[in-house]
Amino acid sequence: MFDSLSAKFSSAFSSLRGKGRIKAGDLDEITSEIRSALLDSDVAVSVVDSFISQIKERALPQLDELNKSTNPSQAIFNIVNEELVGILGGTARRIRYAKKAPTVILLTGLQGAGKTSLAGKLAKYLKDQGNTPILVACDLARPNAVTQLQLVGDSISVPVFAPEPGNGVGDPVRVAKDGVKFAAEKLHNIVIVDTAGRLGIDAQLMAQAKQIRDAINPDEVLYVVDAMVGQDAVRSAQAFGEGVGFDAVVLTKLDGDARGGAALSITQITNKPIMFAATGEKVTDFDLFYPDRMASRILGLGDIQTLAEATKNAFDGDTAAKLESKFASGEDFTLDDFLAQLEAMKKMGSMTKLLGMLPGANSGAMKKQLEQFDDTELIRTQAIVQSMTPLERRDPKVLNGSRRARIAKGSGRAVSDVNSLVERFTGAQKMMKQMRSGKGGMPAGMPPGMPQFPQTSGANSNKGNAPKAKKSRSGNPAKRAAESS
Amino acid sequence: MAIFGKLFANLRGGKVSSADWEDVLQSLIESDLGAANSQSIIEIAKRERGESSEIAVKAALHSWLSEKPRAIAKSEGRTTTVLVVGVNGTGKTTSCAKLAGLLKRNGESVLLAAADTFRAAAVEQLQTWGTRLELPVISGAANGDPASVAFDAITKASGASTSYLLVDTAGRLHTKSDLMDELGKIRRVIEKVSPVDEVLLVVDATTGQNGIAQAKLFTSSVNVTGLILTKMDGSAKGGIALAIECETGIPVKFVGTGEALEDLSAFDADTYLSGLFDS
Ligand SMILES: Nc1nc2c(ncn2[C@@H]2O[C@H](COP(=O)(O)OP(=O)(O)OP(=O)(O)O)[C@@H](O)[C@H]2O)c(=O)[nH]1
Ligand SMILES: [Mg+2]
Repeated sequence: MFDSLSAKFSSAFSSLRGKGRIKAGDLDEITSEIRSALLDSDVAVSVVDSFISQIKERALPQLDELNKSTNPSQAIFNIVNEELVGILGGTARRIRYAKKAPTVILLTGLQGAGKTSLAGKLAKYLKDQGNTPILVACDLARPNAVTQLQLVGDSISVPVFAPEPGNGVGDPVRVAKDGVKFAAEKLHNIVIVDTAGRLGIDAQLMAQAKQIRDAINPDEVLYVVDAMVGQDAVRSAQAFGEGVGFDAVVLTKLDGDARGGAALSITQITNKPIMFAATGEKVTDFDLFYPDRMASRILGLGDIQTLAEATKNAFDGDTAAKLESKFASGEDFTLDDFLAQLEAMKKMGSMTKLLGMLPGANSGAMKKQLEQFDDTELIRTQAIVQSMTPLERRDPKVLNGSRRARIAKGSGRAVSDVNSLVERFTGAQKMMKQMRSGKGGMPAGMPPGMPQFPQTSGANSNKGNAPKAKKSRSGNPAKRAAESS
Repeated sequence: MAIFGKLFANLRGGKVSSADWEDVLQSLIESDLGAANSQSIIEIAKRERGESSEIAVKAALHSWLSEKPRAIAKSEGRTTTVLVVGVNGTGKTTSCAKLAGLLKRNGESVLLAAADTFRAAAVEQLQTWGTRLELPVISGAANGDPASVAFDAITKASGASTSYLLVDTAGRLHTKSDLMDELGKIRRVIEKVSPVDEVLLVVDATTGQNGIAQAKLFTSSVNVTGLILTKMDGSAKGGIALAIECETGIPVKFVGTGEALEDLSAFDADTYLSGLFDS
């Protein structure tokens, strides 16, 4: 998501970066580019305008000051980033637990936003943290919404309170009330109440939502929003805010390429934080929402932290610890480690999603590659590494022509596949080295298509581009297409 | 076109302030038409004077609409197959049911295929609609192969000379190439028996600029022939549909205006355009 926004920010900043001194006119130019990028990303017009004036207001009086700094464009970039994080909610907030259990969480939102799937994801997430959640089926309108919730509950072994069949039968207010009572009796510490989708302008159904709320007095009302929503985000969020009221927002379908301007609009307009993000159809495709990460993503810096965490979760403790100590001690990253990583990645699920979090994922070449990425490639790559001897895995430099031919034969791949794997591995190895030398776990070098705002030295960051560029070449989509056909 | 009402009145009187233009531009963007499209409407309006400005704007908007036919396909002498596709939660299953109802009311025989074998209770959802409509629904095992459900359905439909087969598919994001390939496979498998006549992409009226990518990518994998624009009963104006028509030439064929069976109507350009600019 936010792809094109990142791209536009990137281009706006690279034009600015070429200039030694920034004048007031330059600022107009860059803010107007940011403005059109934000509009294309579906950020509400009013939010865009206030964002732009915030940037100008902060930057303009400081221009002289900024121009004295060693890197004025970096300074402006920081302002944009800070304001963006500010709008996206400042700091991440967690679920507020009730003083006296159970904690009651009510889900609301438009039709098709993804409430029922989210109920399952949230339950699983909370259960994995040692809670004992129960789901309450209050969507009695949409055909078989109750069945859906029951199946979801079964799949994660979370009980579902569903006394009514739904499909138009039953009173959701009553079910909600009974559900909370039941949960308290059965000592569940969390109750998640799924409700029917409704329109903000449907007065009758908004009143019903309010009745449900009043009946169960929830600790958290979560407003569930589809990340693909356009300018209506503001109208609907306001209607739900006034009609039912909500405490926080959940963004769904973030695994697509929607730029998700709604995230900016809703937080700005309603002043409510985005608490969670749903990123796929599996019940585990769910995470806390991190405003700072989202801002980095908007700015094209990639979502490195999320990637790191996803990686860590997938590795068994041993592998992770080994890798971490290797990383810290500066020991070389070998093909064996690479193999362990590949195995872990298979556990993590879709590579496309993970790779999308990498910095530079939004640049043209990388994006193309991601679109073409085929998860079966993982298995092929694994086969190649498995056909190597321990020595070759430790030290790929020994891989001469005849060794490569042998490996190709052993893994049933072409020699060119072996070559491209080695090339990619060397790139990754280099990147690991640079990450180690960079600060805060971010690679020192920015990806191609992204101007550099080096924290460290400029020379270092130029070098940082090399492995990425190579990576793009070796993933020639045309070649891949020819391969798989 | 209320957005333009004041503007055109002022134009006729010869006094349009830049704030007026800004207002119109903002309203256009707020209908999800896209910033660039909105800007070009303003430019078209500015180029002319007075009444001819009004005519020029209306003409431009009409010219953005697709010229392709908006009636649902009907093939004589064999089953007409309609594939219903789209991203998650847009209203595919509901629209399938509504469309089936519409066709049935027109005296057609209809078979429904529950080819969403992925989402929990998606099959049951379509079956419930089938029961309400008194129409048969073909389904397979949960988590089974959707293409084989589609194959069973088309075999049955063409054997029984059913006039329409409507295939409901699982919601999928257009960026997931494996799922898009699966859709391509469903289509190919059906076509071993009988051609697919319509592929209807269901687009939620609240969709923002991402709708363009949806239309393009679904088209490249299954060749979309029309749109169903759903949830037009809400506060969203559905301007993305005009942007999609303009960009891809795919026509909106039906509009969904509620959750009940009768809430589906054929697309009407004048109603749509006036709704779009009636704020
Ligand atoms: N207000 C309104 N709601 C609609 C309309 N069309 C569908 N819905 C509702 O939107 C929700 C989702 O509809 P579904 O038909 O299940 O959507 P889907 O695209 O099949 O969903 P998935 O199969 O999960 O991807 C349901 O609550 C429907 O009742 C419409 O035109 N107006
Ligand atoms: Mg469905």
